Amino acid sequence: MDRRDFFTPRQRRKIAKPVAEPIQTFRTESGISTYTGAWTEPEIIHLLKRTMFGAKKADIDYFKTRTMIQAVDELLNPTAPSPALPIKEYVTSTSATTPDANIAQGTTWVNDINSDGTVQSQRTASYKKWWIGVMINQDRSIREKLIMFLVDHFGNETSTVGNANWIYKQHDLVRQNVLGNFKSLVTNITKDVSMLRYLNGYLNVASAPDENYGRELQELFTVGKGSDSHYTESDVQQAAKVLTGWQINGNTYTSVFTPSRHSTVNKTFSAFYNNTVIQGRTGATAGDLEIADLMNMIFSQQEPAKYIVRKIYRWFVYYTIDDATETNVISPLADIFRNNNYELKPLLSALFKSEHFFDMLNRGCMIKNPADHVIGSLREMNTQFPAATDWDTNYGFWNTFYSWIVNMGQNPHDPPNVSGMPAYYQEPLFHEIWINSDSLPKRNQYTDTMINSGYTRNGQRVQFNCMAFAQSLANPGDPNDLIDEALRIFFMNDLSAVSKTQIKTQILLTGQQWDYYWTNAWAAYEVSPTTANFNIVNTRLKSLFQYFFNLSEYQLA
Amino acid sequence: MKRRDFLLSTIPAAAILPEVINGYSVKTFDASSPLIQALMQGITLTDHVLVIIQLAGGNDGLNMVIPVGAAYTNYYNARTNIAIPENKVLPIAGVTGTGIHTAMTALQSMFADGKAKVVQAVGYPQPNFSHFRATDIWMSASNSDQDVYNGWAGRYLNYEYPNFPAGYPNTDMPDPLAIQIGSTTSLTLQGPSVNMGMSITNPSSFYNLVSGTTDPTPGTPAGKELKFIRLVNQQTQKYSTVIRNASNAVTQQGVYPTNNSLGDQLKIVARLIKGGLRTRIYMVSFGGFDTHSVQVNNADTTTGGHATLLQRVSDAIKAFQDDIKFLGVEERVIGMTFSEFGRRIKSNSSVGTDHGAAAPMFLFGSRIDPGMLGTNPTIPSAATVNDNVPMQYDFRSIYATILEKWFCLDNSVVSSLFPPNINNQLQSLPLVKTGACNSVTPPSTSGDLLITNYPNPFTNSTTIRFKTEGGHTLIQIMDTLGRELKVLLETDYPAAGTYTVTFNSENLPPGVYYARFQNGVTQHVRAMMKVR
Repeated sequence: MDRRDFFTPRQRRKIAKPVAEPIQTFRTESGISTYTGAWTEPEIIHLLKRTMFGAKKADIDYFKTRTMIQAVDELLNPTAPSPALPIKEYVTSTSATTPDANIAQGTTWVNDINSDGTVQSQRTASYKKWWIGVMINQDRSIREKLIMFLVDHFGNETSTVGNANWIYKQHDLVRQNVLGNFKSLVTNITKDVSMLRYLNGYLNVASAPDENYGRELQELFTVGKGSDSHYTESDVQQAAKVLTGWQINGNTYTSVFTPSRHSTVNKTFSAFYNNTVIQGRTGATAGDLEIADLMNMIFSQQEPAKYIVRKIYRWFVYYTIDDATETNVISPLADIFRNNNYELKPLLSALFKSEHFFDMLNRGCMIKNPADHVIGSLREMNTQFPAATDWDTNYGFWNTFYSWIVNMGQNPHDPPNVSGMPAYYQEPLFHEIWINSDSLPKRNQYTDTMINSGYTRNGQRVQFNCMAFAQSLANPGDPNDLIDEALRIFFMNDLSAVSKTQIKTQILLTGQQWDYYWTNAWAAYEVSPTTANFNIVNTRLKSLFQYFFNLSEYQLA
Repeated sequence: MKRRDFLLSTIPAAAILPEVINGYSVKTFDASSPLIQALMQGITLTDHVLVIIQLAGGNDGLNMVIPVGAAYTNYYNARTNIAIPENKVLPIAGVTGTGIHTAMTALQSMFADGKAKVVQAVGYPQPNFSHFRATDIWMSASNSDQDVYNGWAGRYLNYEYPNFPAGYPNTDMPDPLAIQIGSTTSLTLQGPSVNMGMSITNPSSFYNLVSGTTDPTPGTPAGKELKFIRLVNQQTQKYSTVIRNASNAVTQQGVYPTNNSLGDQLKIVARLIKGGLRTRIYMVSFGGFDTHSVQVNNADTTTGGHATLLQRVSDAIKAFQDDIKFLGVEERVIGMTFSEFGRRIKSNSSVGTDHGAAAPMFLFGSRIDPGMLGTNPTIPSAATVNDNVPMQYDFRSIYATILEKWFCLDNSVVSSLFPPNINNQLQSLPLVKTGACNSVTPPSTSGDLLITNYPNPFTNSTTIRFKTEGGHTLIQIMDTLGRELKVLLETDYPAAGTYTVTFNSENLPPGVYYARFQNGVTQHVRAMMKVR
C-alpha cells in the first residue's frame, strides 16, 4: 500500500467559511478504522516515540519482528514487575527534629511514618529522583508515559501536600491502576490522602462543606468544560456534600471516614445530571456508598469519556482537535471508552491501532516535553548507568536529569496548579508553550553537555556514547548510511538531501570530497581500535550528533 | 573617570603579564579584591583580529610556491606532467629564486604592496598522511603521536575568557569570541570544556546571513511546529542580534569575485569586523585540494582544477584585503592559510599528486612583515615516490608567534598553551611587523567567576575558590591532553556558598592545568598556569 493512500488531507468543503485561520495547516479526516498500511521503521519509531520516552534501537528492532497489532498489544500489556521502591539515599539532615534513624540507608522509606518536615522534604527529593530513574529504566510498554499523564491529570503538587509518603501512595495508586479502570481510579483518588490534603477534602465537613474537590472532580478530572458540559454551581455544592467526612489519619497515613462529619441530607443535582438525587446516608459505609453513587452519576454522562479522550489525544497525538477529529476520532473513541465501562486499555488499543494515529499528518508534530527530551535522548543514545546496586551514584545522576527537566519548565508531580501542565490545556499555544527563549537554549545545552563531558560522580560518568551508538547502526562505515539511519531514529521529519550532503561533507569528511575518507577512518578504527584511531572517528561523531540535537527537528517526536 | 581609564593610568602595561603579577607586590592585595580579580582574569584588551583560512584536502604547495632558476630543474624533473613552465611562474616582490603559481596574479600584487608573506615548508616531525588525523594535528597543535582533544585557538580563548560561556555575552565582551563560517565549529576553536566559537550557518540560526540552505517546512502540523521552533531558535541565539546589527551596519563594501565561495565567506568576515564585533578569530574553509588526479590540463599545465582553486584563493584574499582597507579596518586584521598537509614531490601518473608533508603557508595583512621566510624546499635530482618536502618551520611556531606578536601574550603564557614537549621548542618568527602590541590596554573582568584560583600563575600550589549552589560539587584537575589527573574535591554541600580548596601540583611539570567545576547541571573550566 502506498503511503499516499492513507494520506488523506481534509477535503475542501463546498460551503466556504467566512473566516479562515491565517495559516492553513492541513488536518486529516482519517478515523479510527484499523490501520492497514506499511509497518516499517518509520511507523515503529512513530509508535515508540509517542508511547515511550524516545525510540531505542533495540526496541525498534524488536518490533520489526511483530505486526502492528502485536506491537500495540505488547505496549499495552506490560509484563515487567513494578520497579524497586524509592529508598533512603539521603543522609538525614541534622536539622530534623525527629530523624528517621530507624530506616537504614539503601532501604525504602515508603512504609515509615515520620511527619518531620525536614525528613519529608528529603523524601520528596528522593521520590523525584526515583521517578526519573524509573522512567529512564522503563520497560517496553506505555506504562511510564501513561503514569506521567495520569499524575499530571490529577494535578497534585508535592510542595503543597508536604508529605512524600502520601505523594508516593498517590503515585503508586496510579501505577497499580495505570492500564486499568479509569472510573475506579477516580473513585480511589477521591479518597487518596494526598488528594484529600491537596484539595482540602480533609477539611470538608457537613457544617461547612469545602467545595474545592467537588469542583475540580467535575471541572478537571471527569466532566471537563467542553461545549456540552453544563454542570452547575449547585452541582459543585451538592458534590461537596457527598464528599464530606473524609479525613487523614496522621498515625497510619490512611484516609478515614468519620460519619459524624458527613452530611446526611439528600443531594439533588441539576438537569445536566438528570436531576439525580443521591440519597443521604449515615454510618460507617455512608462515605463509600455516596461516592459510588456520585461516580455512577458522573460516568453515566456522555461528557467524561469525551473529555478524557481529548486529554489523552493531546498527550499522545496532537493538540489541535478540529471538527473532523472530534467527529471521526474523539466521539468514536469516547464510545469505546464508555461501552467498556471506562477501561483504559480498549480505548488506547483503538487509538494506537487507528489509521488516524498512523496518518502522515499526525507524525512528527508533537513537541517533546522536557522529560521526553531529557529521558528520550538518554534512552535513544542507550546511555549506560552504574549497576543498580550502586544506588548512591544512580540517585545522584537521576537528580541531575531531574534538575535539567525542571530547568526546562516541567516539574513532574509539581505542576503550576491543579490544572496540570499548561502545555496540555492552554489555548492556543498548547505544546508550543514548552519552547521559548529560556527553555530552548537549555535543551541544546543539555545535549551539548551530555555529548562533551557528561556528568561525573563517585568516579563514574554518564555521557552520550556516540561511538557505541554508531556501532549499533547497520552500516556506520558509509557516511551516507550512518547519517540516514541516525536521522531516522532521531528525527521524524527528514532533512533534505542538500542538507545531509552538507552535513556529511563538513562534519564527517572534514571538508574532504570523498566518502572513502570516512570509510577508511572507520575501517582503521575497527581493525585497530587505538586511541588515535578512536579519536579520529569519535570527534567527528560527537560533532555530528551535537549538530543533530541542536537542530529544531530534534524537538519534535 | 571610567574604571578602564583608572587601570590604564595606574598600572604599567607590563603588569598584565602574569609572571610579573606573580613577582609583583600584588601579593599584598587580597585575592578577592576587584583589581586582582581583574588581573587574574587576564583578558588582554586588543582589537586585533586573526582570519584563518583552511584549504581542505591537502594543498599541493610545490605548485603554488615554485622554485625558479637553479632549483627549477629538479622541480621540473620530479613532476614533468604537472610542472608549471618556468617562464609562467609569477615573480614575487623582494624574493629571488622563488615565485608563485600563474593564476595568483592578485596575490602577486599583494606581495608588491608589502602585504603578503610566504613561509616555506611548514610542517611537523613524523608527518601523518591521513586527512582526518593530519587535520586534527593542525587544529589541536599536538605532536604527531599525541591525542589532544582541544584546539590551539580554543585554548587561547579559554585562557583569556576562562569561564566562557557562563556570564557571556557581557558589556566587556558582547560578541562571540570566535566565529566560524560553516555549519560546525571546528576543533581549532574547541576549548578544554566547551567550544569557544560559534558557527554562523547553523541551520537553526543564521540562514539568511550567508548562503546556507534552509529545509522547507511542509504545510502539515509537523511543518507548523518546525517553523515555530526555528523561529524561537533564531530569536534566542545569544549573539544573533549583535551579529545582525554588525552585519547591517555595513552598507557598502568592496568588490568580491563571483562564483568564489571563499570570497563569499571573507566578505562576511570583513562586514562583521567593520560592523564592530570584538570577535578575535574568524575561521573560513575552502575545499577541493585533494588533487590525486587531473590536477592540471595536459595541454596547458597552468590551467586546470588546481589552478582554479589557487586563483580563487588569490582573488578572494586580495578582494578581502582591498575591502578591509576600504572599510578602514586594515590595521586590525591579519590572515593566514593552512592545509592539513602538502603533497608528494613526485607527481603520479594520473596527472596528480598524492598526500605529502610540509607545505608553504601564506600570511597577509598590512601589519605582516612581507616577503618570504625560508628557502626553496630541497628537491632531489631524481625524486622518488617516497620523497617529501622536509620541514623548515614547525607550524606551532607560526601559531605561537601570532599569539605573542599579534595577540600580545607573554611568551611564557604562549608556551603554556601548547602541549608538553613542544612548548620549549617554539620559535619566535619574523611574521608580524614590530609595534603591533604597543597599544595593548590592560585587562578587564568578564563573565561569571564561579571558579578562580590564586595565585595564577603559581609555582607549586594554588588556592581554588569556587561558588557552589549547594549539593553535589566536583572539581577535577585535567591536563592539556584532556586527561583527568585527580579529583580534587567531591562533596555534597548542604547550602550555597563560596569555598576554597588547595591544589598542590607537586610533581607535575610546568604548563597549563584545568580545574573543571561541576555543580548540579553547571560546569565551568578554569585554566591555571604552573610556572617554575
